[in-house]
Amino acid sequence: MCLAIPMKLIKIEKNKGIVELSGVKKEISLDLLKEVEIGDYLIIHAGFAIEKLNEEEAKKTLAIWEEIAEVQKQ
Amino acid sequence: MKYITEYRNKNLSLKIADKINKSLKGYKGTISLMEVCGTHTHSIFRSGIMSLLTDKIEHLSGPGCPVCVTPNKYIDTAIAYSRLPDLIITTFGDMIKVPGSSSSLEKEKANGGKVKIVYSPLESLEIARNNPEKKIVFLGVGFETTAPLVASTILKAHEEKFENFFVLAGNKLIPPAMKALSESGEIKIDGFICPGHVSAIIGEKPYQPIVEKHGIPSVIVGFEPIDLLEGIEMLVRQITEDKKHKVENQYRRVVRMGGNEKALSLMNKLFEIKDSEWRGLGLLPKSGLYIKNAYSEFDAEKKINVKVEKTKAHPKCICGEVLCGTKKPYECDLYGKLCTPENPIGPCMVSSEGTCAAYYKFKK
Amino acid sequence: MKKKNMKDSKILLSHGSGGKAMISLIKKLMLDKFDNPTLNELTDSAVLKSTGEKNLCFTTDSYVVNPLFFPGGDIGTLAINGTVNDLSVMGAKPLYISCSFIIEEGLDLDILDRITTSMAKSARRTEVEIVTGDTKVVEKGSADKVFINTSGIGILQKELFLSKNKIKAGDKIIINGEIGAHGLAVMSNRENFKTDIKSDCAPLWGLIESMLSVGGVKFMRDPTRGGVAAVLCEIADIANFGIKIKEESLPIHENVSSFSEILGLDPFYIANEGKVIAVVTEEKTSSILTKMKKHPLGKEASIIGEITEKNKGKVVLETAIGGKRIIDRLVGDQLPRIC
Repeated sequence: MCLAIPMKLIKIEKNKGIVELSGVKKEISLDLLKEVEIGDYLIIHAGFAIEKLNEEEAKKTLAIWEEIAEVQKQ
Repeated sequence: MKYITEYRNKNLSLKIADKINKSLKGYKGTISLMEVCGTHTHSIFRSGIMSLLTDKIEHLSGPGCPVCVTPNKYIDTAIAYSRLPDLIITTFGDMIKVPGSSSSLEKEKANGGKVKIVYSPLESLEIARNNPEKKIVFLGVGFETTAPLVASTILKAHEEKFENFFVLAGNKLIPPAMKALSESGEIKIDGFICPGHVSAIIGEKPYQPIVEKHGIPSVIVGFEPIDLLEGIEMLVRQITEDKKHKVENQYRRVVRMGGNEKALSLMNKLFEIKDSEWRGLGLLPKSGLYIKNAYSEFDAEKKINVKVEKTKAHPKCICGEVLCGTKKPYECDLYGKLCTPENPIGPCMVSSEGTCAAYYKFKK
Repeated sequence: MKKKNMKDSKILLSHGSGGKAMISLIKKLMLDKFDNPTLNELTDSAVLKSTGEKNLCFTTDSYVVNPLFFPGGDIGTLAINGTVNDLSVMGAKPLYISCSFIIEEGLDLDILDRITTSMAKSARRTEVEIVTGDTKVVEKGSADKVFINTSGIGILQKELFLSKNKIKAGDKIIINGEIGAHGLAVMSNRENFKTDIKSDCAPLWGLIESMLSVGGVKFMRDPTRGGVAAVLCEIADIANFGIKIKEESLPIHENVSSFSEILGLDPFYIANEGKVIAVVTEEKTSSILTKMKKHPLGKEASIIGEITEKNKGKVVLETAIGGKRIIDRLVGDQLPRIC
């Protein structure tokens, strides 16, 4: 049971939030997360945010591979 | 789509596949990697990554499709509920086509049973709010990704004093299944591709005892093609280079080592862990989540009385063995003949993540 | 294999979704019984042969969409455009439409008014005349608000001969624009999501007429229920050639991609109501696309694949990352996944 997508938090109303992905908006529950801020990317599963995406780590994963790809080219 | 599209980069994917293939050039034999998550099965087939990788890597689909591992008795109970006049069954999509002993929720719907597909358990609660004269039963099927959502919904029902909302508890835990597969010795598993979003909830720790006892490298992997390829690269590296095997986390942008503490605490508050019946694996100790007594007013099994038909399965259906990877779909006598997506006999053919359905659709 | 007892079987929703279940039902209960050469061609519209220069084309369709009104259209626009398009993809100029209504007791008159206004507007836009009709009212509960059936007649130049038999290896497969919008627009209401996605519902004759004027068009279909996948599978099957498609060539708007991702749906299988897929000769592909791009409904026209000798009867997709997989028809409806 794993289908979940990163969506951007654009509004917070108590324990509910509005998230957005390329113009698609949905109200979701923030009950499973401790602290969130507008602008956070949240992993959304069946109407709930189950985790916050770590943007630093996200950039790192791609950077490592891009570096390896460069080295392989040489 | 930010944080999605970047992980589908073709050039990068081909480079990582190339690196994996080169690293196995001199390797003698094959490496069997098992994923235990329906969304991984789907992503692997959909992206076509196996067609980029050497034949030396064999992909095994394990019991990661919650719909597939749900036993007939659960479905028969849901069907019995759907036949009650004042009751509405609410469920996630795939469940409605799964065959029980003699029917399915889809067929009951055609016969006048009230079955509604919902995107979220919260929608189920809204249906209960808008239909106070009916009983609403939510089918709580899924693994640890979904369990906290069900727990949160029951808690909300409790706080708002709902009297007509119930859950038929069916959530299961992945690590006990992995443990059972590792212990069975029936199939050769050289590495586990661990489910990314289940791990977002449970963290890395639950996999450690399995790796320590059985020495099977385990990597927590995300769902995009680059995640899958990086995860496979990490597994292949462990298998070919490392002496001691360990749990690694490829999906670091989402999975934290300790998991999601708030979600785990909610699960702890609402559910207790008990032995649970899995199609294909039998009764696994401490592998299912059941509603605690303090919230028993929402437990459908305790609160709604109904006669359920005697469980029976097709004698030739080997979904259980397919689910564990001990047999391939085409080794089943029924596959492609009596059992097709149009007329599924076992759940592996129904769910879009079911191994048999995936084989039928994508391969042979 | 034991024959299934008819009495034990019921019609399921999947029988109406354009997938394998529906095809199987139609074959067993209708085609085998009605059996005649015109029907057996199984084209979007039947070609009624005449002795003159032109043939007639005849088609029928029923519209049962829920909700009745959705972003970008309503059951009325669908009822006219859908039938117009079934004629147009045969190369037939749509001329006359019939419409019959089955209305549930208790429906607001205002709703029916809005629907018929839509139909009138759509008919005028396409220059078709609604020349005959019927209206029935059934008891509350016997129909879901309103069902509309439209039948259409169009005229086909005999020298314009579109046929699956003309398809050859090397032919290109083209589409007029972005896919997946209609099905998602209809779903967005039901699933409580807010999106800007609008149905692409539109009449295709004007665009198709301009494509035909270039020459080189061999075969066309509109990818409605079952989506682009259903049409490609059909073409591979009936022409007995393979089809090679590149995932990155499929024109999909970002908001359709995103919404599909969220629901776990594949845009390949989502219904469209303003799209045409054409099999065209390689030599004329470029000029046909140029012509299409001059038309408002063809601005995003592009090549999505080609006909191949290899893999007869199969649709092979090269995935976004360069992998390969086979595309098959779905059995029933595509259900939103969570898993």
